Amino acid sequence: MTWRRTWAMARKEFLHIRRDPRSLLLALAVPIVLLLLFGYALRLDVDRIPMLVFDADGSPQSRNLIARFAGSRFFDVVGMVEDPARIRREMDRQRCLLALVIPPDYSRRWLRGERASIQLILDGSDSNTASIALGYAEALLREHVGSWQMSVLRRATGVMVNPPVDVRVRVWYNSELRSRNYIVPGLIAIILMIIAALLASLTLAREWEMGTMEQLLSTPVRPSEIVLGKMLAFFAIGLLDMLIALLVGVVFFRVPLRGDPLLVLLMGGLFLFGALGWGVLISALVRSQVLAYQLGVLTSFLPAFLLSGFIFAIENMPPVVQAVTYLVPARYFIVILRGLFLKGVGVELLVGEVAFLIAYAAVVFGLATRCLQRRLA
Amino acid sequence: MWAIEVEDVVKRFGEFVAVDRISFRVRRGEIFGLLGPNGAGKSTTIRILCGLLAPTSGRARVDGLDVVTQAEQVKRRIGYMSQRFSLYEDLTVEENVELFSGLYGVPRERRRQRQQEVLEMAGLTAWRRRLVRALPGGWKQRLALGCALVHEPPILFLDEPTSGVDPIARRQFWDMIVRLSEAGRTILVTTHYMDEAAYCHRLALMDRGRIVALDAPAALARSLASVAFLHLESSDLWESLKVLEREASVERVTLFGAGVHLRVRDPERARERIQRALHARGITISRLDVVAPSMEDVFVAVIEGGERNER
Repeated sequence: MTWRRTWAMARKEFLHIRRDPRSLLLALAVPIVLLLLFGYALRLDVDRIPMLVFDADGSPQSRNLIARFAGSRFFDVVGMVEDPARIRREMDRQRCLLALVIPPDYSRRWLRGERASIQLILDGSDSNTASIALGYAEALLREHVGSWQMSVLRRATGVMVNPPVDVRVRVWYNSELRSRNYIVPGLIAIILMIIAALLASLTLAREWEMGTMEQLLSTPVRPSEIVLGKMLAFFAIGLLDMLIALLVGVVFFRVPLRGDPLLVLLMGGLFLFGALGWGVLISALVRSQVLAYQLGVLTSFLPAFLLSGFIFAIENMPPVVQAVTYLVPARYFIVILRGLFLKGVGVELLVGEVAFLIAYAAVVFGLATRCLQRRLA
Repeated sequence: MWAIEVEDVVKRFGEFVAVDRISFRVRRGEIFGLLGPNGAGKSTTIRILCGLLAPTSGRARVDGLDVVTQAEQVKRRIGYMSQRFSLYEDLTVEENVELFSGLYGVPRERRRQRQQEVLEMAGLTAWRRRLVRALPGGWKQRLALGCALVHEPPILFLDEPTSGVDPIARRQFWDMIVRLSEAGRTILVTTHYMDEAAYCHRLALMDRGRIVALDAPAALARSLASVAFLHLESSDLWESLKVLEREASVERVTLFGAGVHLRVRDPERARERIQRALHARGITISRLDVVAPSMEDVFVAVIEGGERNER
């Protein structure tokens, strides 16, 4: 392999990119658009859940309960209804996700020491939000009942009784539990994967389609030099994208970067090399740009998005799918990214992940080179 | 030593035999032409010699090097222009030359000078910063030739270098080829333009994967001494074609330019009969002369001869 030929290839690729402002714009706009979309729009945090209340009791006890909901930051009491039928109408219009129904005998039974019942109605069409809302509501009701029990006990015995267990929660690494803090680092993996799928998968297929591949192969340039030269050019764009993503994430979205930024770039470079190698491999296997692009999206972007633990927890997947995720490089890179961003760990704790990425990059590069060689005979 | 040696080369694609046991040798400094219709195996032969395809069997040497086992060294010593224009249209003239000088490994200290020489030879110095996309077809061909020559290869392979190029540009292109050969480079060229074949020192006529004749163009034409050719132009060419195909004194009718070529044994007798036959149909003859056989006539005659021998 000679550097001169590899560099000649890389320079040519740079020129292609420069002459095609659309693809350059796409390569630079994609990370920004994704960051804004995911950073702003995709919020897994559930708060200010809009709720309606039908209070048929109208007693101090029922108002007390309603005040609990109104005072919580997780709920927003948007209205009181006189007619329970309105709950369905409002829920259909998506004006509320949750409704609290307090029956007429609530306070009477409560005061008599009987078991009083209330009803919670949830809009289950968004099951994820509904189950989170239900969790909040249950916790709130438990606390409501608990504090009442304590006050009854205190009145009956005349002594200050404290709850037997005092739970103090401390959340590490993402103390505010902001979903943005864990989405933005993962997004870097997605962005790099898209760049690889978008640019690299087209590159050899375009040469076959234009007939320029034959001219290239008639020169002494080796397949490994073609592959490496092309990867170098896209590598530069990928690194630029990663810098953009880092800056936007840290400066604009205030995602904490506790680890070494240089280490993030280094790991990103490693991941990018493998991702680009995969793109070039597809490109070496397929001679049509359309097919190469579709394969690229299907085999690199989609798994990175769905099977990497970026949003969807791997633990909740069926065992077969979980097994597949071990082959998705983004899975390892996302672990590395979150470790570096939120925990500020060093490489020593990420040895397994780094080893996989190195192995992946080496195997994919070797395969891409060999496939290109095989196409000649 | 020969510049190119081909020995019993066969290339099969599945059932299809693209090249069927061909052998030939090309001298240094020679312009050697492969002539034949589409699908005759010309491009496949060139691609084998450039190390782009491996032959199914047989041996081929370029500049004394085996094209299979020493493909990389072969590629350093050859320039190749493929059938389809295959430079980068979104790069400038200069950038294309630079790319290929890099890929061919032209030494750094020679590079500037070689790039300039190549641009000069192709007459593109003034257009060096133009995008290739914006160049007319003939200029693109000259640039492609320039890129194939940037590393000063002793041997050039040109696969239908002038297809789709206007006659004047074709002429200029061939002038360049002749000069290159005079400077000692060996050129193997395929074409299906019969008039271009006359520029070649020797010609191999190919048909369905085989070489059916191999000689200097003039010698190939002489081998047809027993027949003569008439050139006919008339008021109704299509009708004349139909009539003459049934005429016993005419062996073969081929369209040629604005008229038809007629292959005959006895030109004087045939002429009378043709005049009579066309006259009877009310067709006016504007020209009917004895002419030298064109390469196309030669080609058709050779191939038909081959077919007769097979039967």
